Amino acid sequence: MSEPVIELVGIGRDFSADPPVRALADVSLRVGRADYVAVIGPSGSGKSTLLNVLGLLDRPSAGSYRLDGVETTTLGDGARTRLRGRRIGFVFQAFHLLDHRSVAENVMLAEVYGRRPRRGRRERAHAALERVGLGHRAVFPPDRLSGGERQRAAIARALLGEPSLLLCDEPTGNLDSRNTEAVLDLFDELRDQGLTIVVITHEAEVSERAARRVRIIDGVLAEV
Amino acid sequence: MHVRDLAGEAFAGMLACPVRTALTTLGTVLGITTLVVTLGVAATAGNQIVGRFDELTATSVTVDVPEHDPPLVAWDAVEQVTRLRGVTSAVALAESEAAANVAVRANRLVDPTRAAGRTLTVLAATSGLPETVRGRMVQGRFFDQGHVDRGERVVVLGEQAARMLGVTRIDRAPAVFIGEQPYTVIGVLGEPRRERALAAAVMVPSSLGPRFGLRHVTRVLVATGLGAAELIARQAPAALSPGNEHLLLVGSPATPARARDAVAGDVEALFLVLGLVSLVVGAVGIANVTLVTVMERTAEIGLRRALGAARRHIAAQFLLESTLVGLTGGVIGAALGVVAIVAVSAVQRWTPVLDVRLALAAPGAGAAVGLLAGLYPALRAARMEPVDALR
Ligand SMILES: Nc1ncnc2c1ncn2[C@@H]1O[C@H](COP(=O)(O)OP(=O)(O)OP(=O)(O)O)[C@@H](O)[C@H]1O
Ligand SMILES: [Mg+2]
Repeated sequence: MSEPVIELVGIGRDFSADPPVRALADVSLRVGRADYVAVIGPSGSGKSTLLNVLGLLDRPSAGSYRLDGVETTTLGDGARTRLRGRRIGFVFQAFHLLDHRSVAENVMLAEVYGRRPRRGRRERAHAALERVGLGHRAVFPPDRLSGGERQRAAIARALLGEPSLLLCDEPTGNLDSRNTEAVLDLFDELRDQGLTIVVITHEAEVSERAARRVRIIDGVLAEV
Repeated sequence: MHVRDLAGEAFAGMLACPVRTALTTLGTVLGITTLVVTLGVAATAGNQIVGRFDELTATSVTVDVPEHDPPLVAWDAVEQVTRLRGVTSAVALAESEAAANVAVRANRLVDPTRAAGRTLTVLAATSGLPETVRGRMVQGRFFDQGHVDRGERVVVLGEQAARMLGVTRIDRAPAVFIGEQPYTVIGVLGEPRRERALAAAVMVPSSLGPRFGLRHVTRVLVATGLGAAELIARQAPAALSPGNEHLLLVGSPATPARARDAVAGDVEALFLVLGLVSLVVGAVGIANVTLVTVMERTAEIGLRRALGAARRHIAAQFLLESTLVGLTGGVIGAALGVVAIVAVSAVQRWTPVLDVRLALAAPGAGAAVGLLAGLYPALRAARMEPVDALR
């Protein structure tokens, strides 16, 4: 069996508030290549905290996290940032597209901080947009797109760096059912192409499409 | 991160809200314009003042010759001065108290009604007088070496003296009577700018001087080229009277630098302070707006961090943005300032003095203001935790 993309062992995350918050408690999780995992749970249960840890945006207070076999908890800030840029693609509920840039420019932003040459960047961005079915919208400003199209543009941006892991926090939270359907179809396609996907959601419609579901309640993770 | 990507991101950030950026540059524009105009107009005006001094004083050297036996300066010694490098012309004069009040009458034929006698100054001179006092022959000509050598009884009247004597035309060779002797008027000297008293004087060739008690040279006037006056002031005495130079009294020209300093001083300082204050206000403006921008773009910062941007990338972008805003203000301010200098000069009929270094330094100063103003906001942006920024 090949090495897992994600391997969490005994992850804890405490916030020093008053009273202290234990957002994650002894979480262990293995996610293999081309897995499609849905994380469900009630509000405030620790889903976003888990995703931030997985995305190297936040450091766990305890435990070990290996991404593609690399132990990340001992890495410095710079190394974590590089790893994040290279291995992880993010999809947010709020899309986070820059209003004043065209769709293609928004997608190209994903390579600005990487090591890839500037040459061919536009072509790669167009290829990513084709992949999500938005090739014909490349020169549009984001505010002319429908919600579903915006999320697909954001997914194209996440795909540009050819990440090994796609992390999505409520990707369909701002979408109607028709657009949700389109995005979920895209996830299926991407998974079939070998991408590893972790989706946070509280919508049954979304979690049902995933091959595997885990639930968090009060920071404790369990398979469903 | 590629430099061109950094520049691209900074430009895009700056142009995302053009109106706000334009308003943000305003303070810097104002400050830089004020500084450029102040320094530029001061330089231009200073140059004009120096120019005026050059013409009137800084190109004039006066050597007073005290009475001495034997006389210190011979009439032909003025030739030696004229030969000095930097001297454009020179004239030797003989004046005396007695000759300052001489009765002069016009020839009755000129105008019988105004034939009354006048008391005028008579002085003896060599031929280089009109050029040296920057005068102009309004009629006829000045006497030359020929008149001197032949001892001809000719005079040149100052313009005012001619009017007082009623001499209006000289084409019929009018005569004036000094004492009982008639002298032919061969010219009228106008606008002797350096020696205004000459306008009311009667000038006779040095060969006629002794008739009026004007035997020896009492004063030598020298006109020099621009910038040569100080040197000539040192050289002239030796040329005029070798061996006795220390006995001659040289009137030293006003130094241009001193004249300039005196005028430039106060006003300039005031406007410089004003300009610097505007620059500080401009910097605070940029800092303020950049800080607001950073807060507004929190999500964007989070996104960039998620896409792999390090803290220094975020800091560099905001720093470059504010620097570009300052640079824009500096460029606009420098342009406006130059236009203003040219306009002021045109109105004042001055020659504008545009220091290239000033025109180049101004945008640089604007950029520096932007850079300084951006330091704190950029630091704030870089310090943001990606998790907080994306919340
Ligand atoms: N920076 C923080 N400081 C203190 N407490 C925090 C912090 N961030 C999160 N928490 C707490 O940790 C718990 C988990 O938060 P988290 O955002 O992971 O919930 P969630 O499952 O994503 O909820 P939702 O579905 O509403 O987004 C919450 O109780 C929250 O109040
Ligand atoms: Mg959440």
